[in-house]
Amino acid sequence: MNYQFDWSVLWTGQSGQWLLQGVITTLEISVLAWLLAGALGILSGALRTLPFPPLRVLAAFYVEFFRNVPLLVWMFFWYFAVPPLLPTPLQDWLFNHGAEFWAGMFALGVYHGARFSEVIRSGIQSISKTQFEAALSTGLTTAQAYRFVIIPIALRLIIPPLTNESLNLLKNSSVALTISVAELTFQTRQIETYTAKAFEALTAGTVIYLALCLSIAFVMAQVERRFAIPGLIARVARPEH
Amino acid sequence: MEFSVIVKNFDFLIAQGLLGFGNFVGGTLRLAVPAIVLGFVLGIFIGLCRLAPRPWIRIPATIYVEIFRGVPLVMVIFWFWFIIPVLLRVALPEYGVALTAFVVFEAAYLGEIVRAGIQSVPRGQMEAATATGLSSAQTMLYVILPQALKNMIPALVTQFIVLFKDTSLASIIGYVDLTKAAQIVNNREIRPFELYLFIAVVYWLCTYGMSLYSRHLEQRFTPSV
Repeated sequence: MNYQFDWSVLWTGQSGQWLLQGVITTLEISVLAWLLAGALGILSGALRTLPFPPLRVLAAFYVEFFRNVPLLVWMFFWYFAVPPLLPTPLQDWLFNHGAEFWAGMFALGVYHGARFSEVIRSGIQSISKTQFEAALSTGLTTAQAYRFVIIPIALRLIIPPLTNESLNLLKNSSVALTISVAELTFQTRQIETYTAKAFEALTAGTVIYLALCLSIAFVMAQVERRFAIPGLIARVARPEH
Repeated sequence: MEFSVIVKNFDFLIAQGLLGFGNFVGGTLRLAVPAIVLGFVLGIFIGLCRLAPRPWIRIPATIYVEIFRGVPLVMVIFWFWFIIPVLLRVALPEYGVALTAFVVFEAAYLGEIVRAGIQSVPRGQMEAATATGLSSAQTMLYVILPQALKNMIPALVTQFIVLFKDTSLASIIGYVDLTKAAQIVNNREIRPFELYLFIAVVYWLCTYGMSLYSRHLEQRFTPSV
C-alpha cells in the first residue's frame, strides 16, 4: 500500500465548510422527511383500523407498495417523473427553489411513512385488549381510556423500534445524493473529487454519520430507560424492512 | 402515458436489468442471490462471535456490528469503490465491489438477527445437549442452530428483502441492474413516469413474492403444540 495520507485536506480550502453544509442539509432533509413520515404513518396506521374497507385497502396498498420498492427508485420517480405532471407555475417554483431537495424529501418521507405505519401498528397491536377493557371497567370513558391508558403505553412500547426506524431514515437520506441533493455523502464525494484524497474524505463522512447515529441512539436509550414500563421485559418486535 | 416504451424495451429491462443476460455484466438477481447467501454465512459467523465468551473475539465483532449499523450503505459502497484499488493495487469490476460491500454491510444486520435467534433458544437445550456428551461445536451445529433458525425466519426474510432492495444502490457505481437499466432506457426515450413505475412494480412483485414465501415457511416450521 503506497498511499500518501494527507489529513490536512479536511481543514484546508473549503472542505470544512462543505462538510458543515452537508451535515446541515442531511439534518434538514431528515427532519422534514421525518415529520412527513410521522404524519403519513399515523394517518395510514389509523385508516388501517377503520371498519370501512375502501379506506383500509387504500392504506394497506400504500404501506405494502411503498415500503417494498427500493428508495432509489422512489428518488428517481419523485424527481424525474412527478414534476412534469404538475401545473406549470408549480414546476417553475420548484425548479427555482431546489427541486431536488423537495423531491428527495418527499421520496424519503413517503417511503418511511409506510415503514412508520408498520411500527405504529405493531405497537398498538401489542397492547392486549384486556387493558382497554380493564380501563373501561374502572369507569373511564372510551376517550379517557385512550388518553390515559392506551396511548401512554403505546408510545412507550414504540420508542425502541421508532428510534431504530428514525436512524434508518437519517442514514437513508444519503440516497438523495443520486438526485444531487448536497447532503453529507455528496459533500464527502465532492472533497474526494477536489483533493483526490478518498480515504480522508470518506473517514470524515463516516465519523460524522457514526457520531450522529450513536448520539441519537444514546439519548433515546436514556429516554427509553426513563419511561420504561416496570415489570415488562418483552418489547415490540424490531421494525420490518 | 405511453406504455409502449415498456414493451419496446422489455427485453433489455428484464433480461439485462433483472436477470443479467446481455452485453453488460449486470443483473439485480445476479447480485442479490450471491449477496444473500454469502452475507448469511458471514452473518452466522458474526452472530456466533458476538456471543463468544472470550472478549478478544466478542469485542471486535461488536465493534464491527456497531460501525456498519451506524453508517449508510451508500457510504460503505464508496469505501469499497475507492479503497479496494488502493489496497489490492488492481481495479475490481463493479460487480466485485458491489458484492463485497453488500456482504460486509448486511452481515452486520444478519449477525444481530442470528444472535437474537440463538438467544431465543432455551438454555436447557444447551445443557441437555452437553449432558448427552456432545461437544460445544456439535451442540451448536446439531441442537442450537437448527432451532434458532426456525425462530429467525421472519426477521431473516425481512432482511433478505431489504438486501434485495438495497442492490439498486449498486447502480451508483455503474453496475447495470434493473434501476440502471431503466436509467439507460430513460436517457434515450425520456419516459420517466412509465419506466420508473414499471420497475417499481417489478421490484414489488419480487419482494412481495419473498414475503409470501416467508409466511409459508413460517407456517411450515411452526411446531404444532
